[in-house]
Amino acid sequence: MLSLVVRRLGLLVVVLFGLSLLLFAWVRALPGDPARALLGEKATPAGIAAVNERYGFDQPVWQQYLTYLGQIVRGDFGASINTGEPVVTTFFERFPATIELSIAALVLAIALGIPLGYLAARRRGGWLDNIVVGWSLLGVVVPVFFLAVILKYALAIQFGWFPTSGRQNARIDATHITNFYVLDGLLTREWDASWDALVHLVLPALALGSIPLAIIVRITRASVLDVLSDDHVRTAQAKGLPRGVISRRHVLRNALLPVSTTLGLQAGALLSGAVLTETVFSINGIGSYLFDAVTQLDYPVLQGFILFIAVVYALVNLVVDVSYGFIDPRVRVS
Amino acid sequence: MSLLEVEDLRVRFSRKGGPTTTAVDGVSFSVDAGEVVGLVGESGCGKSVTSLAVMGLLPRRGTTVTGSVRFDGTDLLTLSPGQLARRRGSDLAMVFQDPMTSLNPVLTLGRQLTEVLRTHTGMNRSAAKKEAVELLGRVGIPDPRRRAGEYPHQLSGGMRQRVLIAIALACTPRLIIADEPTTALDVTIQAQVLDLLTALVRESGTAMVLITHDLGVVAGTCDRVNVLYAGRVVEQAGKRELFAEPRHRYTTGLLNAVPRVDAPEGTALQPVPGSVRDLLPWAQGCAFSPRCGVADEGCRSGEIALSGSEHGAGHRARCVHPAEVGV
Amino acid sequence: MSAVDVLGTPAPAEATGEAGAGPWLSAWRRLRRNPSGIVGAVIVLVFVLVAIAAPLLAPYRPATSEWFGEVTPTTVPGPSDEHLLGLDSFGSDLLTQLIYGARSSLVIGVVSTAIGLAAGAVLGILAGGIGGKVDTIVMRVVDVLLSIPALLLAVSVAALLGRGSFSIMLAISAAQVPIFARLLRASLLAQRGQDYVVALRSLGLRQRRIVVGHMLPNSLGPVLVQATLTLATAVIEVAALSFLGLGDPNPAVAEWGRMLVTAQDRLDQAPHLALYPGIAIAITALGFTLLGEALREALDPRSSR
Repeated sequence: MLSLVVRRLGLLVVVLFGLSLLLFAWVRALPGDPARALLGEKATPAGIAAVNERYGFDQPVWQQYLTYLGQIVRGDFGASINTGEPVVTTFFERFPATIELSIAALVLAIALGIPLGYLAARRRGGWLDNIVVGWSLLGVVVPVFFLAVILKYALAIQFGWFPTSGRQNARIDATHITNFYVLDGLLTREWDASWDALVHLVLPALALGSIPLAIIVRITRASVLDVLSDDHVRTAQAKGLPRGVISRRHVLRNALLPVSTTLGLQAGALLSGAVLTETVFSINGIGSYLFDAVTQLDYPVLQGFILFIAVVYALVNLVVDVSYGFIDPRVRVS
Repeated sequence: MSLLEVEDLRVRFSRKGGPTTTAVDGVSFSVDAGEVVGLVGESGCGKSVTSLAVMGLLPRRGTTVTGSVRFDGTDLLTLSPGQLARRRGSDLAMVFQDPMTSLNPVLTLGRQLTEVLRTHTGMNRSAAKKEAVELLGRVGIPDPRRRAGEYPHQLSGGMRQRVLIAIALACTPRLIIADEPTTALDVTIQAQVLDLLTALVRESGTAMVLITHDLGVVAGTCDRVNVLYAGRVVEQAGKRELFAEPRHRYTTGLLNAVPRVDAPEGTALQPVPGSVRDLLPWAQGCAFSPRCGVADEGCRSGEIALSGSEHGAGHRARCVHPAEVGV
Repeated sequence: MSAVDVLGTPAPAEATGEAGAGPWLSAWRRLRRNPSGIVGAVIVLVFVLVAIAAPLLAPYRPATSEWFGEVTPTTVPGPSDEHLLGLDSFGSDLLTQLIYGARSSLVIGVVSTAIGLAAGAVLGILAGGIGGKVDTIVMRVVDVLLSIPALLLAVSVAALLGRGSFSIMLAISAAQVPIFARLLRASLLAQRGQDYVVALRSLGLRQRRIVVGHMLPNSLGPVLVQATLTLATAVIEVAALSFLGLGDPNPAVAEWGRMLVTAQDRLDQAPHLALYPGIAIAITALGFTLLGEALREALDPRSSR
């Protein structure tokens, strides 16, 4: 277990190294001098001087790279050209919104996906199975942003059941501690704030969760079908165990193993989808942060974002893989 | 009355839009309390399906089971799944062929024992745990307390099969069905596990149906034997009678096929000619007749009954021209 | 012995007339019998035809904004005799936009997949065929490409390369390189251990000959399947990137993703402006996915579904 963690962290270091090299090389490859390229249209002599100062562009190349590396190691991933805010600060400010949305989407996907996949497998070939297989296919091919737009149009604009954007009604005077709005409301006992935040989450979570839902349903179904024909299920039946016990302890517990391995992939889908969903629903998460940076050509933010996401993604995958050892005893190192 | 009476059991499988296959075509046999009865035959003769039908473990979809399976007077085939489940594990138990896949990989061995104990007896957790450790010891697993906390993948095949035997015997069932319990094990282990199983069964007075294709196993363990061919019993006898005076041509063929240590050097092997696919439906005569050396028209004219008061007590053969004594 | 064994072995090949068919022919036969595969193939065919024949099929030229005068802040003209589907919010003919959108998706999707496949295959072949240090280096490169989720990688690359269709193409292909690299590497590694490779070696064939002449053709099947499935993703990613504003700078351009973005402003007035391109994307992706999965089953039949 420990060796796995060490190996993964080592790999992360190598990857960050590679990424930083690529990003560094890219800035050099831009036409004109780096400071001007970074600033783009907003280049002013004062601005250029400031950028040179900050990033050390007037130094020899190798020294620049070292400075760059040094900054990364110290956690300085650059600052926005427009606002001057350090990337790291803004990232941590906006991360909770994305995490909250992702958790909501994942909870939705799991709560719906696993039972549906299981039922579809148990009643294989039945109407439920066919519907489930069909819809899960749709979930994969219908783009997240399209679904977001449709949901927004149908349920928010047409029927007015849900708010069209944002995380919380501005008129509710909510106190924010952690920046997880639902949690904050609970912590401060401002129930209406919490509820309001929850309501704002519904549509985005539905849109974002559509892909994890589709994947979870398909994998659960396939996995349950596999396990149902396993010999050890027959042994459990021969023991005369009650049906519910067999379903939970013998079928599901084994069938869910492959599902948990895909959670790392889901994290990737969630992060990608977040960019699109947050844009549609005007949520201030890191997804829309990237979007803003892209539209405004805020290159330092873009660079910092890439490095940051690499770290987050690697850590999430590491956590998922490590926890897999707790679920499947065959993987545990004795 | 016998403990288990299987009468005219027929099992048919139908695939969607495909032909119906009859796997078991009228099997009848009985098992008395404390007896060890063998079901012998080659692959595909229906012996495993018979055992699964007795236990009620066949898939519900696409399967038709007719006949009767009386256990202690009650026809198991008429019971609801819930009623059947209550008897499984407590009155009737089964040991399967492949120990590598028959245990749940994510539960500890102790758990897999305690769950069957707690389901059928009223034991609380600590009593069940103690009993589980004792059971593991009884089947010859060293250091049973430690092993109880381990997982199946940490044990060898032979060990796993011992655990499965322990699970089957946990609630002292009246009947155990063992479906080729040693076939999947290393040759060196087979004898050990078989001896263990036989000893435990005799010790507790449990009846056993032993399914095998190996005549040697039969000779070593069974009291009575049923020889199956193409889904039907073709010969029934006590062990001694079967080996000493086989009647049905298939049985004689099987016995002749076993190489003998005392045969002169260079003696050719005598396999049973043809293959299982050379088949005549039982409704039209003897299914074995295409492969039988002495088959004639009488063997191909309609159903042949299992008969044979002339063969001796309890010895019956489904044969128009049974072998003479001394063949 | 499970109940399944008793059902008997499948009919001999001679009886079904399939004996002697090579792997490609039997795959083709299986594909033909797969209903969802046929549906997928039809969708893909229609998509490709529409894309190629766009100038012939479309009633007008794309992205002209000719009829902008008819669009008001509160209304967008619907279907009429001249415009079968009406106009879009920029005043172009909606049907024409949709048809040319197919062309855009096809071109970008196919080109980017081709580039991704070529580059990825080269890397994968080097890694799997040569092994050793080369393998390690290539795998590190692949790890860098996989360090952030695919779409985010594409977004980043596209943003860094500047706007335009070309940068979208490169961006999407960048995300696909690791997929094909891993696929080919795994395929080669798996084959290396097989008996036929050892046999060829003992006959004196050089490594390169074995790889090119024997192992690569065997990898063709999985590559084909993956390419088809990747095209489905590519179509969606193209739309996603232009949704985020990374494609052609012209907001009225005939690109499905961009059409979705601009449709958001008129969502309450003219929801069909969003529905048509979105459904087009979904159906196209569906077609490639169904075809890809049918190909996979045809080339490697599994008994359980």
